[in-house]
Amino acid sequence: MVKSGTIILNTAARFLMPLQLMFSVFLLLRGHDEPGGGFIAGLVAAGAFTLYLFAFGVSATKEVLRMVDPRDLIGAGLFFGMISVVPAWFMGQPFLTAQWWTIPVIDFKASTPLIFDIGVYLAVLGSVMGMVMALMEVDKDEP
Amino acid sequence: MQFAVLMGFVLAASSPLLNRWFGERASLLLALFPASIAGWLLSQAPLVFSDGPQLLEWAWVPSLGISLSFLLDGLSLLFGLLITVIGTCVLVYAGGYLKGHQDIARFHLAIVAFMVSMLGLVLADGLLTLFIFWELTSITSYLLIGFNHTDIEARKSARQGLFVTVAGGLALMAGLALLGIASGSWSLSEILQSDEDLRQHALYTPMLICLLLGAFTKSAQFPFHFWLPNAMAAPTPVSAYLHSATMVKAGIYLLARLQPELGGTGMWVTVLSLVGATTMLTGAFLAIHHTNIKKLLAYSTIMALGTLTMLLGIGSDYAMTAFVTFLLAHSMYKGALFMVAGILDHETGTKDVTAMGGLRSVMPVTAVIALVAALSLSGVPPLFGFIGKELMLEAALGAERVQLLLVLFAFLSAILTIAVAAVIALRPFYGVRHDTPKTPHEAPLSMLIGPSLLAFGSLALGLAPAMLGADALLTSAATAVAGESLPISLSLWYGVNVALIMSVVSLILGFLLFKRWDSVRGQLARLAPVMRYGPEAGYEGLMDGVVRFSEWQTRLLQNGYMRNYILVMLVVLIALIGNSILLRHSPQLALSLDVRFHEVIVVGTMAMGALFATISRSRLGAVVSVGIMGFSIALIFILFSAPDLGITQLLVETMTVILLVLVLFRLPRFSNLSTNLERIRDGAVAATMGVLIFLLIMTAWSIDQFETISTYMVENSAPLAYGRNIVNVILVDYRALDTLGEMFVLALAAIGVIAMLKLRHVETEGKATDSDKASVKEPYDG
Repeated sequence: MVKSGTIILNTAARFLMPLQLMFSVFLLLRGHDEPGGGFIAGLVAAGAFTLYLFAFGVSATKEVLRMVDPRDLIGAGLFFGMISVVPAWFMGQPFLTAQWWTIPVIDFKASTPLIFDIGVYLAVLGSVMGMVMALMEVDKDEP
Repeated sequence: MQFAVLMGFVLAASSPLLNRWFGERASLLLALFPASIAGWLLSQAPLVFSDGPQLLEWAWVPSLGISLSFLLDGLSLLFGLLITVIGTCVLVYAGGYLKGHQDIARFHLAIVAFMVSMLGLVLADGLLTLFIFWELTSITSYLLIGFNHTDIEARKSARQGLFVTVAGGLALMAGLALLGIASGSWSLSEILQSDEDLRQHALYTPMLICLLLGAFTKSAQFPFHFWLPNAMAAPTPVSAYLHSATMVKAGIYLLARLQPELGGTGMWVTVLSLVGATTMLTGAFLAIHHTNIKKLLAYSTIMALGTLTMLLGIGSDYAMTAFVTFLLAHSMYKGALFMVAGILDHETGTKDVTAMGGLRSVMPVTAVIALVAALSLSGVPPLFGFIGKELMLEAALGAERVQLLLVLFAFLSAILTIAVAAVIALRPFYGVRHDTPKTPHEAPLSMLIGPSLLAFGSLALGLAPAMLGADALLTSAATAVAGESLPISLSLWYGVNVALIMSVVSLILGFLLFKRWDSVRGQLARLAPVMRYGPEAGYEGLMDGVVRFSEWQTRLLQNGYMRNYILVMLVVLIALIGNSILLRHSPQLALSLDVRFHEVIVVGTMAMGALFATISRSRLGAVVSVGIMGFSIALIFILFSAPDLGITQLLVETMTVILLVLVLFRLPRFSNLSTNLERIRDGAVAATMGVLIFLLIMTAWSIDQFETISTYMVENSAPLAYGRNIVNVILVDYRALDTLGEMFVLALAAIGVIAMLKLRHVETEGKATDSDKASVKEPYDG
C-alpha cells in the first residue's frame, strides 16, 4: 500500500511538501504572537513528510531526509529544550527564566522561548515521523 | 562553584569525544577535573577553618524554595577532598588498568558522572538536592558495577546493589521529607543552626527510622551488607573508588551530618552502636572466609563502615575524634589496597591470593605499597591507621551504653582485621612462586602513582599529623559532626593505656591467626550450610516473591487484550470519580439553555458520529465517524475563539487518521467476539462513564473556589513574556517546565512505539519469544 503511484498525488506531493515545510517554519516563528507555535508547526511538518511518504514510499522519503533519522530529531529536540534552560543561569536568574535578545540588523527577537519552541518542533516532528516510518517499514516487509 | 561541579556532567558526557581525540591520554585529561576541584577546596580551607561553615547560595526553583546551595564546612570539606583526591588517583590508575579496553569511554562517562554526583551529595545544602545527588550515585554505581554487562553475574550484582540502595533511597526520601516538615526548613545549614530541638519532636522516631534505613542500605550495614561484596564484580578502579572510599560512605556522611541535630538520644545511641558493632564483627569475620582478594577487602570495608557507624552512635568527644580520623585513615589505606589488588589481578590474571606467591621479586614497588597500606590497615605505628584504631578502641572503652559488648566486638574485629591485612600484604608477595595465568611483571607507572600516593600519605600523616594540616582539617570536621567546637591534636603516643595494650595483644593474636589461616579456613568451610541462611537469602526470597506477584498480576491485568485494558481503566476511573463526585460534592445540574442554533448542529453531528462509531459494521466507517467527532470538537474550539486549540485539534485528528490508516490494513475483519451479556456489561460501563463525565463537567463548572489564573496570564503575557499568543506563552514560558516534561514523555512514547515495531520485525524472522508475541500481537485482534 505504501506507494500510491497516482499521478495526481505524486505531483501534488512534490509541490505541496516544500510549501508545507515553509508554512511550518512560518507557524513556528510567528507562534509567540499569532496562532502557531512549535507543537502545531511540528505536526504540519510531519504532515508534509507523511504526504510525501504516501506518494513516494519510505526509501524516497529517507532520501529527502538525507542523513537525518527521525530518532535523531527526537534527540535534537530534547537537546534544544534542555539548552534553553541554561542561559538564565548565567544571568543569575532561576532556571528557565526567559531571556530576550534583539538581533540588530534584521530586528529579530531571539529568545530562549524560541529555542525551546524549536525543541518542541523537532521533538514532535521526530516522534510522529518515527512512528509513521516504523509502521510503513513493517508494511514493506509483509506485502 | 556549583557551576564548576555541574560542568562535570558535561565533561562526563563528552568523554567519548575526549577518548577519540586524545586516546590513552584522556584519563589524565579527565583527572584534571577532580584535581582542580580539589585545588579549589584546598584554597577555601583556610576560610572554613577560621570563619566556620561557608554557604554558597544559588537559587534553583525559588518559587518552591529549592536552591542549589552548597554548604562547605569541615565535614563536607573532608569528604570533598577525599572524593576529589582519590578520584584523581583512580582516574590516573584506571588509565593503566583499562588501557586498550574497548569500552573505556563508557567507563569514563560513568565514573566522572558518579564523581560529580558524589561531590554534589556531600556539598548539597538543600535536602532535596542532597536526595537527588544521592539517587544519582546509586544509578551511576549501578552502571559501574554492571560495566562488564555481558557477564550475567555482573548484571545480577549491579541489580542487587541498585535494588538495595534504591529501596533505602525511598526510605531516605520519606525521612528527609519528615525532617523538612519537623524542622520547617529544607536547608541543612538552617536546620543545623536552628534552636528547635528535633529530638523532642513527635515525628522524631519515624523520621529517624527512615533516615537510618537509607543510610544503612547505602553504607552496607548489617543486615544489608550483602550487596557490597557482590559489587566487586565491578572493575577494580570502581571498587577502589565507590565501594571503599566514597559511595558507601554516603550513608555515614548523612548520619554524621545529622548527628548534631538528631544524635545522642537513647534510640540513636543504642541502634547505631549495636548495628555498627554487629556490622563490624560480621565484616571482619566473613573476611577471613575468602581467598578472593577483592572479597577480602570488601568484607574488611564492611568492618570499617560498621566501625564508623558505631563511633557515631557512641557520640562522645573521643568517638567524634576517632570518627573523623578513622574515616580519613580508612579511605587512604583501603583505596591503596584496592588498587594493589587491581595490580595483582591485572598482572597475574587471578584474584585468588592462595594462587599467588613470591611476587616480591618481580613487583617490588607494589609489594612495598601493599605492605605500607596493610600496616596502616592493621594499625601498626607509626602509620596513620594506628592513630585511628587507637582512638576507636579508646572510644569503645568510654561508651556509655553496651560498653562491654562494643569493646569485645572491637577487640575481636581488630584481631581478624590484622589477619586480613597480613594475608593481603604477605601472602601474594612472599613464599614460593606459583604459576599464574599471566606472567607477572611490575605494573606501569600510571597504576603505581595513585596507590603509592595514598599509602605513603598514610605514613606521612602518621609521622607528622599536625604538619600537613590534618589537625586543622580534622578539627573542623569533628566540630561539624559534634555540633560544637572540638579541637583535635593527634599524636602517635598517648602513653601506655588499656587501648594500647589491646592493640598490642590484638596484633600478636592477629598474626597467629594469619599463620594458621589455611587451617582456620578449612574449619570455617564447615559452617557453609548455616551461612546460606544469611540476609542475602532473605533478599533472594523477596525478589522471587516480587517476580511471582508481578507475573500473577500481569496475567490478571495486562493480558494483551485491549478491551480488557480499557474496561479496567474505565471501571477504576468510574470508582474514583464517582466516589469523589457523589460523596464530596453534590452534583449540580443547573442548566442554562442559552444555546445557539449552530451549536446544536455541531453537537448533534458529534453525537451522530459517536453513535455511528458504536454500531458501524465496517472498521473504516468507525474510523471516519470517530474522525467526525474530532473535527467537530475542533469546530467548537474555533467557535469559542480558541484558534490555537482548534488548529491543534485538527492536526492531531489528521495525524490520528493517518496512523489509523497505516494500521487498518493489518487488522483482521470485524468480528463479534463478545457474548450478549458482555456487550451489555460494556455498554453499561461506557454509559456510566459518559454520565459521570457529564456530571463532573457540570459540577466543576458550578464550583468557583479559586480566582482563575487566566487573568494574570492575559495581563502579563505581552508586558512580561513579550508574546501576544497566550496559549504559546503558557507553553513555552509560564509552564515551560511542564512542556519540557511532556516533550520527554512524547519522546519516550515514540521510542516505545518504534521499539515495539522493530520487535515485530524480529518476530517475523522467527526470533522473538512468546512473551513478545503476547504483548505485541494480541492488542490488534479486534
